[in-house]
Amino acid sequence: MKGSVLLSAAVLVAVLIAAPLAGSSHIELGRAFAGVSPDHEIFFYARLPRVILAMLGGAALSVTGVLFQCMLRDPLAEPYTLGVSSGASVGAVIAICLGWRATGLASLVGAALVLLMVLGMAVEGRRLSSFTLLLTGVTMNSMSFAVILFLHNLASFSQSFAISRWLMGGLESVEYSTLAWLAVVVIGVSALVTANAPQWNLLAVGDDWAASRGISTVRLTTLGYIAGSVLTGLVTSLTGPIGFVGLIVPHALRLKFGADHRVLLPCAFLLGGAFLVACDTLSRTVIAPTEIPVGVLTALCGGPFFLWLLKSRRRSLWL
Amino acid sequence: MSFVATQLGFAYGLHDATFQFPRNGLISIAGPNGAGKSTLLGMMAGLRSPYSGSCTYDGKEIRQWPKREFARKVAFLPQSVRMQFPFTVEEVVLMGRTPYASGWFQTAEDRSAVEDAMTTTDTLAFRARDFRSLSGGEAQRVILASALTQRPEALLLDEPATHLDLRHQLALYKLLGELSKSLLVVAVTHDLNLALRFSHRVMVLEDGRVAADGTAEEVLNPALIARVFGVQATLHGTWMSYEG
Repeated sequence: MKGSVLLSAAVLVAVLIAAPLAGSSHIELGRAFAGVSPDHEIFFYARLPRVILAMLGGAALSVTGVLFQCMLRDPLAEPYTLGVSSGASVGAVIAICLGWRATGLASLVGAALVLLMVLGMAVEGRRLSSFTLLLTGVTMNSMSFAVILFLHNLASFSQSFAISRWLMGGLESVEYSTLAWLAVVVIGVSALVTANAPQWNLLAVGDDWAASRGISTVRLTTLGYIAGSVLTGLVTSLTGPIGFVGLIVPHALRLKFGADHRVLLPCAFLLGGAFLVACDTLSRTVIAPTEIPVGVLTALCGGPFFLWLLKSRRRSLWL
Repeated sequence: MSFVATQLGFAYGLHDATFQFPRNGLISIAGPNGAGKSTLLGMMAGLRSPYSGSCTYDGKEIRQWPKREFARKVAFLPQSVRMQFPFTVEEVVLMGRTPYASGWFQTAEDRSAVEDAMTTTDTLAFRARDFRSLSGGEAQRVILASALTQRPEALLLDEPATHLDLRHQLALYKLLGELSKSLLVVAVTHDLNLALRFSHRVMVLEDGRVAADGTAEEVLNPALIARVFGVQATLHGTWMSYEG
């Protein structure tokens, strides 16, 4: 168990060191740290913040994927299943249409509103079932996309382009101050979720299974939903929706390491982060100076790798 | 007494059930589909609320038991487990230790409880296998092992023999009979012959009410079976045959 977590950590560290050095212009680490221009600026202001954002984003999406698949006992669940990210998209699209510059803030508000609405709908008295959560979330998704389509239809040409770009998702350099609070929340929430790892194992089997072993399933499901939504909402407000990571990383990890959440959650954080950093590095280097949208690469790189995993060590169709 | 129910009711499923269960022995709950058997078992396991009337365990109302403490007294076995994820057999068994867990890692006591339970249920041979690769009989034994690691005083089983072949049905009920010397075993069953042969007491439910309650020989007579199940039964000493 410790072995797989340490291995994952090693992979992440290696990727984190290699990624900021790769890029369309060659830089040297020594010159960057010595403050020599332009290596210093490229390393610290163009590449490093973006690498850190990718790391935190990949970690958050993967941890959420593990969590939602577990809570809903649905192998097809992913961070975007329960509606929060489409709420974020609605917020961003409204901001673009109204010409607000604070797109990130607006999407954060959209995510928070959907989170509260889904919770309000799904909690009946003191009960909360993963089934109502799933149906409410999926409905919120459909409604959000309807709003987005409607606004897109009304938007001007340049707004329409901005909307498409946002919905494609992508990583850009952000301020270190933004990264700092993102890191605090992502690491904090992931740690909180991981602390409950033994309980997630039981919830992954079933509600009654967990409840008859003394677990308060309503409390745990609510915690999982809020934690996953905060992670997804925050990351989406900064990067837009980046597909595939939160669906496939958890499955790949289960194939390799089994279903124990005490291994799965830390590894999802570490390797999910490493995966998105690697994809983002490819996206800005393969046909530089043009960038490939990172969502395209997560699917194009992750897909074949995952199919290979599935073929080489198939436990069953749904892992 | 372990479970004491007084005028226990739940939604549409159960009305005015009144009974007292001892601290050991094998009790079968029988009855037609929709009679409220699984509902009753779920309520006794603390999984269905709110209920009307009263149901106590050890003198304390079930809804008032702290969940964790209750899980050390009463273990519940669902009819089957639909596993979506690749847990190993040993991981599934270990989950029964949750009510005793104080942290993230298992203790030496957890490991010995798992070892004991897997020896009792004869599941050690496939401890490292993916739970989903097990046959129905193997899976049922693993679920039982998981419940036994809770070191319960009472074991509630929902149709434990349904997915088992004849040999495994008999083996399971022999094991339950053995266990029932030191703890209370309550099993919902559709197999009246198994109930007749192995249980110390049979409770028959009909339309959410207790229709009969007593020793197997008292309760499972042709007259009652004709009335409750609408089936003509003939008793041949220790077994019954039916005609539609």
